[in-house]
Amino acid sequence: MNKDFDVIVVGGGHNGLTTAAYLAKAGKKVLVLERRYLVGGAAVSEEIYPGFIYTVCSYVVSLLRPEVIQELELYKHGLHLLPTDSGFIPMENGDYLARYPDHARSLDEIRRHSLRDADVHDEFDNMLYEIAFAVKPILGYTPPNLTNPGLSGTQTLNRFRKHLQSLGKEKFHWFTKIMTMSVYDFLSEWFESDVLISSISLNGIIGTMLGIKSPGTAYVLLHHYMGELDGAYSAWASQKGGTGGVSEAIASAARSYGSEIRVNAPVKQVIVKNGRAIGVALENGDELYADIVVSGADPYVTFRKLVDEKDLPTELVESIDNFKFRGSSGKVNLSLDALPDFPAMKDKSLMQGGIYICPSTDFMEQAYDDAKYDDFSKRPFLECVIPTAVDPSMAPPGKHVMSIFVQWASYNMPKYGDRDQQREAFGNAVLDTLAEFCPNIKDLILHQQVLTPWDIEDSIGLTQGNIFGGELTLDQLFFFRPAIGWADYKTPIRNYYQCGSGTHPGGGITGGPGRLAALRILKDGA
Amino acid sequence: MKPTPFHPRTSELLDSYDWNEWSGWLSANVYDLNPTHEYLAIRTSCGVFDTSPLYKYQIQGRDALKLINRVITQDVTRYAVGKSMYSPWCDDKGKIIDDGIVAWVDDNSFRMTTAEPTLFWLEDNAINLDVSIEDITEAYAIMAFQGPYSREVLKRLTKADVNGLKYFSLMDIELAGIPITLSRTGFTGDMGYELWVEPDKAVALWDAIFEVGQDYRIRPFGDYALDIARIEAGLLLAKVDFNSSTKVMYEHEKSTPLELGLSWAVKLGKDYFVGQKALIKDKKVGLKWNTVGLEVDLKSLESIYAKYGMPLSLPYRSWGEAVPVYSQGKLIGKATSGTWSPMLKKYIAIARIKPQYAKLGNQIEMEVTVDAERHNAKAKIVKMPFFNPSRKMS
Ligand SMILES: Cc1cc2nc3c(=O)[nH]c(=O)nc-3n(C[C@H](O)[C@H](O)[C@H](O)COP(=O)(O)OP(=O)(O)OC[C@H]3O[C@@H](n4cnc5c(N)ncnc54)[C@H](O)[C@@H]3O)c2cc1C
Repeated sequence: MNKDFDVIVVGGGHNGLTTAAYLAKAGKKVLVLERRYLVGGAAVSEEIYPGFIYTVCSYVVSLLRPEVIQELELYKHGLHLLPTDSGFIPMENGDYLARYPDHARSLDEIRRHSLRDADVHDEFDNMLYEIAFAVKPILGYTPPNLTNPGLSGTQTLNRFRKHLQSLGKEKFHWFTKIMTMSVYDFLSEWFESDVLISSISLNGIIGTMLGIKSPGTAYVLLHHYMGELDGAYSAWASQKGGTGGVSEAIASAARSYGSEIRVNAPVKQVIVKNGRAIGVALENGDELYADIVVSGADPYVTFRKLVDEKDLPTELVESIDNFKFRGSSGKVNLSLDALPDFPAMKDKSLMQGGIYICPSTDFMEQAYDDAKYDDFSKRPFLECVIPTAVDPSMAPPGKHVMSIFVQWASYNMPKYGDRDQQREAFGNAVLDTLAEFCPNIKDLILHQQVLTPWDIEDSIGLTQGNIFGGELTLDQLFFFRPAIGWADYKTPIRNYYQCGSGTHPGGGITGGPGRLAALRILKDGA
Repeated sequence: MKPTPFHPRTSELLDSYDWNEWSGWLSANVYDLNPTHEYLAIRTSCGVFDTSPLYKYQIQGRDALKLINRVITQDVTRYAVGKSMYSPWCDDKGKIIDDGIVAWVDDNSFRMTTAEPTLFWLEDNAINLDVSIEDITEAYAIMAFQGPYSREVLKRLTKADVNGLKYFSLMDIELAGIPITLSRTGFTGDMGYELWVEPDKAVALWDAIFEVGQDYRIRPFGDYALDIARIEAGLLLAKVDFNSSTKVMYEHEKSTPLELGLSWAVKLGKDYFVGQKALIKDKKVGLKWNTVGLEVDLKSLESIYAKYGMPLSLPYRSWGEAVPVYSQGKLIGKATSGTWSPMLKKYIAIARIKPQYAKLGNQIEMEVTVDAERHNAKAKIVKMPFFNPSRKMS
């Protein structure tokens, strides 16, 4: 067979693009095939209402690996990050909790809620910081194959052990707690202010069908804490023009190294011959051949849709079928006529940061209760960002867009009727909840886009709408992601690789899986 | 310290209480507590810096051009009315005294902005010339209005042809009914303008700009933000990257504009100017120093911090105290200012080193101090400006 390319990457999400960029940089002839009309997957910006640009799914950048930024020189290609380093949490009694870019001011604010919490806050931060600092290098390792680690796998395990040992006894104790406890219990060991606990706990439940009192959620907090911006941990930013700008920057880097990217090119099937991938068949009937095929889609698509079950070992098929996708998040994007008004917000500069509707821990747990039974939260937890508060490029002069991330919504919500009725009921719950704290919001809306988990699956291709291509719980991380024995970006089909967020180090805009997969492919002598 | 004409507004907005002294005037370091936000406004939306304390001179008369051309290293005859130029000026030995902007406002009339008082120097050089020199420092307030959306804001406030105003050009216009001189200049390396206004109309101008600017996320910015931007733009700062030869006592503290990488602004072949002879000779003999851009290797820096069990630490605020620069352990010069560049995601610095090490791409080392212990971080020579968006001149 005459090959058309050295490597074909299926899926132009930011990870697929990252793999393509690294391989093209290494001199490979690379083609990316993206199903949609634009690249980016869950990191896209789209002008759905004229003049207003939505950061449709993802909205903040933090986990993007610094080595990816540096090695692909993303700053040359349009990466432009604007820190969203304040937070505002309105409470039900009309009070609020705020976090400021200035540390002393933030402590003062916590002091207003609890003197004791303000005192221990720095110690808590240092504890998390040290654990994150020790564990973080793991994000840059290829997970070893536990059943057959080999030399490099053994080395990785050894390094892993060393990092943990560097923590010392007391921190190691906290580490084991963080790996097992619920985020609520974990935080309650440190803090007494309910709204403070609630505001930190939200990092433990993003993208998971678990509540703040469910065991295992403390780890997710750590995962988010490892996000960094310019060397500062736990720092978040917006990309100018929405997170599509990050994908565009990676795509531009890939092209600059010679990679070709085709959109509107859905792949039907990976062509496998004698247990080896040799190319892809497109939906339009075209066939393209290459030495190597890489899937940037999630594990379900990678193993259960793009290839035939008979080419895979039964255990792997079972593992993937048991892999928890369980979409649990929705998204609402608004075009606004003016900045909304939160009566509790005294300092309007807080408009530039995150606005969190999580007034109490009871509110959070009740929101989860609703969702457990194929439903959405009646009063959901909302994370709102108004990128236009600092970036005028996303809306006409004086107008704004608001990105609302919603937790929780189940993938199936049969009791509301068809998909359109489900979406409407869900959207209403979101806006009603927001209006409790922001009474004028509904009067300002010029356009709204509501995405249920089902919509996310339908539009982005993420199975069941899981935002991370599979939940980020401990049983699905590192050597378990996406399945034991197949966490090193390879698959049982020779020359067929995986590079999406369903592999280590997991979901979020990180570029981590994409980079590690490319390094693996190059190491295998492609 | 004296308040500038914009003080009623700047003092209202300054939450940080963080003022500095600039030529005897109150000048803001940072308005809220985080200079990064102010810096990012310069690169993302638009921002205002009160640059009123600059010394300003009006040079008028039949020999005005002659005087200017005698003092500065640029060749004024290549310019025309309505244009401005950046230029250094030197003493007889070719050592830099100061630098600034010279604007050709009318047939026999120029305006000059300087960092240091310059009246005496101009008068000294005007002997036998038909020219009047007037210190107009307090006759105008200047607002630097910088950033990619600055033009949009101005366009909404005037009928004048703002689009047509080219880089380093100026025009007298009315903005919101206020007469101003609009100059397409700045110290940020971005798209931007400087607005000259009479002091009693300064607040009205500020209010007009901020009212429309709200739609484009305008914010005031202070020295901290400006310094990050100007380093990215590769623009040298007097008293930091070089000394005025009239302000220091020893030869080794002085520099020529050629050593400062300003040869593009030194027209050695033009008619006589102060320092010309010395500079021509210097060039022939060979420069003692070259000014270069440095990019500090982050991996190398990270490994230094790792020796202390510490994560990488970056200079989020620019620094301006010189540190030694080495090549394979041998001292070759000094870095005079540096900063983390939030746009480039790089640690950059401006350095003056021996010419034989100044080749682009050369690997050298820069001193860093961790816990009061000295280390050398790897760095390489890179092109300046570090950041140069096409909109700057578009
Ligand atoms: C609503 C939402 C909010 C989020 N918020 C954040 C956030 O704020 N911050 C953050 O860091 N992360 C966030 N995330 C997670 C983050 O966006 C994702 O983890 C990440 O973008 C996934 O990147 P990826 O490249 O691995 O996969 P994807 O982005 O899912 O890309 C996969 C690509 O493959 C394409 N594809 C699939 N099948 C085929 C086929 N057969 N042929 C061709 N192409 C195909 C898809 O169209 C898609 O473009 C959010 C996600 C969602 C959904």
